[in-house]
Amino acid sequence: MNNGPASYSEQVIEHVKNPRNIGELENPDGVGRVGNPVCGDVMELYIKVKDGIITDSSFKTFGCGAAIATSSMVTEMVKGKTIKEALEISNKAVADALGGLPPVKMHCSVLAEEALKKAIENYYERQGEKPPFETTPSSDEHHH
Amino acid sequence: MTKQTYLDNAATTPMDARVVDAMLPFLKESFGNPSSVHSAGQTVRAAVEKARAQVAALVGARPDEIFFTSGGTEADNWALKGTAWAKADKGRHLITSGIEHHAVMESAEYLEKHGFEVSYLPVDEYGRVDIESVAAAVTPGTILVSVMHANNEIGTIQPVAEIGRLLRNKDTIFHVDAVQTAGHLPVDVNEIGADLMSISGHKLYGPKGIGALYIRKGVRIASLLSGGSQERNKRPGTENVAGIIGFGAAAEIAMSEMTAETDRITALRDRLAKELLARIPDSTLNGHPTDRLANNVNISFRYVEGESLVLHLDFEGIFASTGSACSSSSLEPSHVLLACGRLAEDAHGSIRFSLGKFNNEEDIDRVIETLPGIVKKLRAMSPLAPGAAE
Repeated sequence: MNNGPASYSEQVIEHVKNPRNIGELENPDGVGRVGNPVCGDVMELYIKVKDGIITDSSFKTFGCGAAIATSSMVTEMVKGKTIKEALEISNKAVADALGGLPPVKMHCSVLAEEALKKAIENYYERQGEKPPFETTPSSDEHHH
Repeated sequence: MTKQTYLDNAATTPMDARVVDAMLPFLKESFGNPSSVHSAGQTVRAAVEKARAQVAALVGARPDEIFFTSGGTEADNWALKGTAWAKADKGRHLITSGIEHHAVMESAEYLEKHGFEVSYLPVDEYGRVDIESVAAAVTPGTILVSVMHANNEIGTIQPVAEIGRLLRNKDTIFHVDAVQTAGHLPVDVNEIGADLMSISGHKLYGPKGIGALYIRKGVRIASLLSGGSQERNKRPGTENVAGIIGFGAAAEIAMSEMTAETDRITALRDRLAKELLARIPDSTLNGHPTDRLANNVNISFRYVEGESLVLHLDFEGIFASTGSACSSSSLEPSHVLLACGRLAEDAHGSIRFSLGKFNNEEDIDRVIETLPGIVKKLRAMSPLAPGAAE
C-alpha cells in the first residue's frame, strides 16, 4: 500500500485507511449532526453515556480525508471521558492528536468539535435537561 | 512497492524519453543565449526557431504567429488581458463560458474589476456551449470571445469551429484555450477561425513551464511584460530554451502518433467508463457521452466525497483527480459540474481519470477491480447513503 500524499500526517493517513468506530450506535444517548452536503462535509457523531461518562462513541462522515480522520479521532478521544471533560475537547486538540492538519483542512477539526458538542447537547435534551452551556447553531449554518 | 498507475494525464503528462533526449544538449553544452550575436547564441537561436516551426505545425499556424510563454496559464492571461488593454477604446465587453479553466475565469474576473463587462455563457447538462447563446451575447462592443476547445475536467469538446464561423467578419477577437486538446485532437487555427490560441507543453508529454500563445498575424494585443525584445517585442524575457526545444519535439511526436494513439485510448476510456458505471450503483458519467476527449472519464459517485476516493486510490497506487472542493486549496465544488446542473453533493463526489499514452489494459483492470470496493467502504460510513446502498 502507498502512504498517501505528504500533505497529511501519518496519523491522518492511518485514520483514513483504518477509521475507528464507524457506523451508528444502537440506542444512542446522544446524536449530533453537523455540516451539509453543499459544503462537502457532513458528520454524525453518536455517544452512549452511563453515570455521566461517555462509554462509547461512533461516527458516520461524508467528507474528505481530514473529515474522516477527525471524526475517527474524536470518537477515540471521547471514550471514557466525563461529559464535562468531553466538552473541553477543542478542535485544536483533535488536530494535534492527528499530528496536525493542513491549514485548509482545519475546518474539519472544527466540524468534529461541533459534532461532539451537538451530540452532548442532544444527550441533555433526551434527559429533559437544559445543556449547561451555550448551544451551537443549527448544522446547516456550518460554514467553512 | 505498490505498482503505480498514473491516470491524471490531464493534470500533467510524464515526459516522453525522446523529448528529454532532445532537451539534454540545451541543458548542457548548448547553453548560449539566443539573443546573443555570437555563434554560441545563434546555434541556440536556430534550434528555438526549429521548435517554433514544430509547435506552429501542430496547430496549423505560421511560425511567426507562435509566441512562447511560461505555460497555458500565462497564455490565457495574455489572451484576455492583452486583448482588453489593446482594444479598450473599441469596446469593454468580453464573452466566455461558465466552465473555463481558472486561468481564463480569473482573468475575466480581474477585468471585471477594471471596468470591463463579462458575459458568462451557460452550458447544457453535458457542458456544451450553445452556439445560439454566443450569437445572442455578442454586441457591437464585444472585443473578445474566449471558449475552450475541450474542458479539462469533464472532457466535453466545444463547437469552436461553429463559434469561429459565427464571429468571422466581426471585429471580435476569438480566443480558444486548446491546452487540453493540442497534441490530442487535430487542431487547426484556420479551420477553427481562432485569432488567439493557448497551448501548453506538459500536457502533451513535453516539459512543464513552457507554453505558447498563437496570435494570428495582424491581431494586436498588449504585452503583459516589459523589459526586452524577445518574441518580437511581445513577450520579453530570456527564452526557456530547453523547454522550447522539448515543446517542439513533443509537438512533432504528438502529430505523428495522434491517430493511432487516439483510437487506442478511446477504447480504454470506453471500457473504463462502461465497467465503472455498470459495477457501481448511483454513478453518473459527467460530460458529453461521445463528444469528449479520448482520454477523459469523469464520474460522480453519489454519497461519497471525491478526495476520499482519490486518497483510497492513492493507497492502492492509482493516481486520479477530482474537481471536488477538498482536493485543492479551494473549498468550493467544481464550477464546471455545477454549471452542468449537477447538485453540489454530486459535484463533491466526482472523480476524473485522464488516460495517457503510457496506460494500458492492465491499468484499466486495476481501477475496475479496485474502485467498487473503495466506494462501498466510503458509502458504509456516509450519513447520506441509504442503508441499502453499496
